[in-house]
Amino acid sequence: MNRIGVFVCHCGSNIAAAVDVKQVAEALGREQNVVFSAEYQYMCSENGQKLIKNAVKENALTGIVVCSCSPRMHEATFRKTASEAGINPYMVEIANIREQCSWVHKDITAATSKAIILGRAAIAKVRFNEPLTVGESGVTKRALVIGGGIAGIQTALDIADAGYKVDIVEKKPTIGGKMAQLDKTFPTLDCAACILTPKMVEAARHENIKLYTYSEVEEVKGYVGNFSVKIRKKARYVRENLCSGCGACALKCPSRNSGNEFNTGLDKRGAIYIPFAQAIPNIPVIDAEHCIKFRTGKCGLCQMNCAAQAIDFSQKDEIIEEKYGAIVAATGFDIINLDKFGEYGYKTYPDVVTSLEFERIMNAAGPTKGHLERPSDGRQPKTLVFVQCVGSRDTSGRGKEYCSKICCMYTAKHAMLTREKYPDTDVYVFYIDVRAPGKNFDEFYRRAAEQYGVHYIKGMVGKIYDDGNGNLMVRGSDIIANEQLTIKADMVILAAAAKPDDSARSLGTMLTASMDTNDFFTEAHPKLRPVESPTAGVFLSGFCQGPKDIPETVAQAGAAAVKVIGLLSKDRLKSNPCVARSDSLICSGCSNCEKVCPFGAITYADARVNDGTGMETRRVAVVNEAVCHGCGACAAACPSGAMDLMGFTSKQIFAEVDAVCR
Amino acid sequence: MTEYDLSLEAIRMSGVYPERCMKCGKCSGACPSYGEMEYHPHQFVDMISKGRIKELMESDSIYKCLSCFVCVERCPRNVFPANIVEAVRTLSERRQGADRISPDTLTEFIDGDTPQQLLMAVMRKYSK
Repeated sequence: MNRIGVFVCHCGSNIAAAVDVKQVAEALGREQNVVFSAEYQYMCSENGQKLIKNAVKENALTGIVVCSCSPRMHEATFRKTASEAGINPYMVEIANIREQCSWVHKDITAATSKAIILGRAAIAKVRFNEPLTVGESGVTKRALVIGGGIAGIQTALDIADAGYKVDIVEKKPTIGGKMAQLDKTFPTLDCAACILTPKMVEAARHENIKLYTYSEVEEVKGYVGNFSVKIRKKARYVRENLCSGCGACALKCPSRNSGNEFNTGLDKRGAIYIPFAQAIPNIPVIDAEHCIKFRTGKCGLCQMNCAAQAIDFSQKDEIIEEKYGAIVAATGFDIINLDKFGEYGYKTYPDVVTSLEFERIMNAAGPTKGHLERPSDGRQPKTLVFVQCVGSRDTSGRGKEYCSKICCMYTAKHAMLTREKYPDTDVYVFYIDVRAPGKNFDEFYRRAAEQYGVHYIKGMVGKIYDDGNGNLMVRGSDIIANEQLTIKADMVILAAAAKPDDSARSLGTMLTASMDTNDFFTEAHPKLRPVESPTAGVFLSGFCQGPKDIPETVAQAGAAAVKVIGLLSKDRLKSNPCVARSDSLICSGCSNCEKVCPFGAITYADARVNDGTGMETRRVAVVNEAVCHGCGACAAACPSGAMDLMGFTSKQIFAEVDAVCR
Repeated sequence: MTEYDLSLEAIRMSGVYPERCMKCGKCSGACPSYGEMEYHPHQFVDMISKGRIKELMESDSIYKCLSCFVCVERCPRNVFPANIVEAVRTLSERRQGADRISPDTLTEFIDGDTPQQLLMAVMRKYSK
């Protein structure tokens, strides 16, 4: 026999101002099976909870309906209250009369009757609630960090320092990411490599960190605390255990046709190469596509010159399977393709470069050894034009609608460094708005304009063209001076929009982690849970969650690490009991549920059943409750009504609908 | 019609939301007629949204615009400055030579080769 108690909350004036709470409590008190009904100012307060506990004891309640805010706010609170009062926490239902009623309605009469209807539905549902028991699962004390840039390295170091094992998977042959390619860092102008490489070395030497470079995540299965991941370790064609990193192979390689990725393709590298001097691991990799041995079968010079006999042309990709308790996405960023921006002449004119290319040109380890030389003829440019917002804040479909956030500052840095090293240059910056809201950022940008004499022009470049004599002409507007100007430039640097790395999308699918339309990973809450994905056990670090500079990335990396440590420090995790369950008597074995399940939680097995006509063996659906997320897709897809979601059974939902329609 | 209403009319006719403009000035950076124009593409967008259409209507700029649409092509925010110039020009023409063409005179142009769409466009543009 159901004995239901109804508790209507005023939420101060949040609910009471638009809903007649007394009337709601009285109306719901007359419902069938309701033996207690009351209203109170704050049901979630100590006193409110005491009221519920006392009512449970005095009236021997079997079910509780709380008419209050969204279950997202206080469902957990009231379940705990129920549990303390001695009834199963899953015998509590919330009627959301705040977000779904008082906050959206002004007419008190209509809002009150709607609140009563919502309360009735919850009462109808709770009649069919069954006590559910929370399961438990173990936690694998190892974390996986996907991406070995500054975000991934910092996250891994923080997790490892707390005493937990952590693996970094990096698709490139070395860790370091984009930061390794940068020259100086704003606003302090310290050298990127000088502050990054010690961290790279620390990550490589840390007893708790294992690096999988030149590797990619191929498959992710499982759930929070118990992920099972397949990692493809691509063949380097170099035996890592034998290689001494002497580099003789790279020196002898006769192939010189491959664009050097580390220098953004501005110079060439051999087919066997170490990406850069401080690469970690300091082990070369063979680019089979450009290797003469792979293409023609003849050569093998690297092998002949390898004293350690580490070259192995027969090496194959290796699949590694490992278990993890938590996964951190730290896939970073890339810059957009500029093919759609014909007006800037990128690729048409060699002296129009991206900012990342300019970083390499200015870097002492870059293709020009740090001398400012333009790509076309190696001459030192005298007039440089920087163009900001190339594809950022663009809703025309050619670029990205968001602000890339880092360009204003790195452009100020480039302009300042150019003027510092080459005082005979003229430097122009076309800008829409200069966005410099970080610590010491605006001061930095103003220094570029005031002390270094960088000409900031409020306006945009409309066209870059060749005047017929090989001169690069930049035509743009200065909208403060209200004039159009044409600058004869020696070099143009485009601040191309930054976008999430291409690998993020497929990784998001593997992790069942949600993403926005720009392929940034979505956080569980934009303010209060910024480093967690809505998918339990998946965390976010760095640019893959949204545009960030280095200090922000490092801060977020640390925050993600703390969340991972919090998870790994637990021995057991409580699981959600609201999972799918199949009735083997009704199941027709059609496999629909297996096909729609996004988590791979459903398998088919033979079961002995007796539906009254005698024992027989049938192929029926079986739900792995540990893997099930309780999304309900299977229950909706089941044509025979065999599949039900605990806590949200068809019977409960129909009872709610009936109550609403009564 | 007040100047403000006239501006609203131009906005309505052009089908443009000038508020989308983020004032980057790229339209004016690309405009090949910039030097000839008293008011430049970005000013058309700015002034129309502030209800200052009279100065634009009385300026030669509306005839200096080539209607090349490079401002439209380059705009990162889908503002269509050329469409605003066109709307201002149309309003100016309608006002000055009200009913410069009427359904009666239009019959002279009907020769079987002239597309009907052209005749309709002429009617819309040159009559009140």
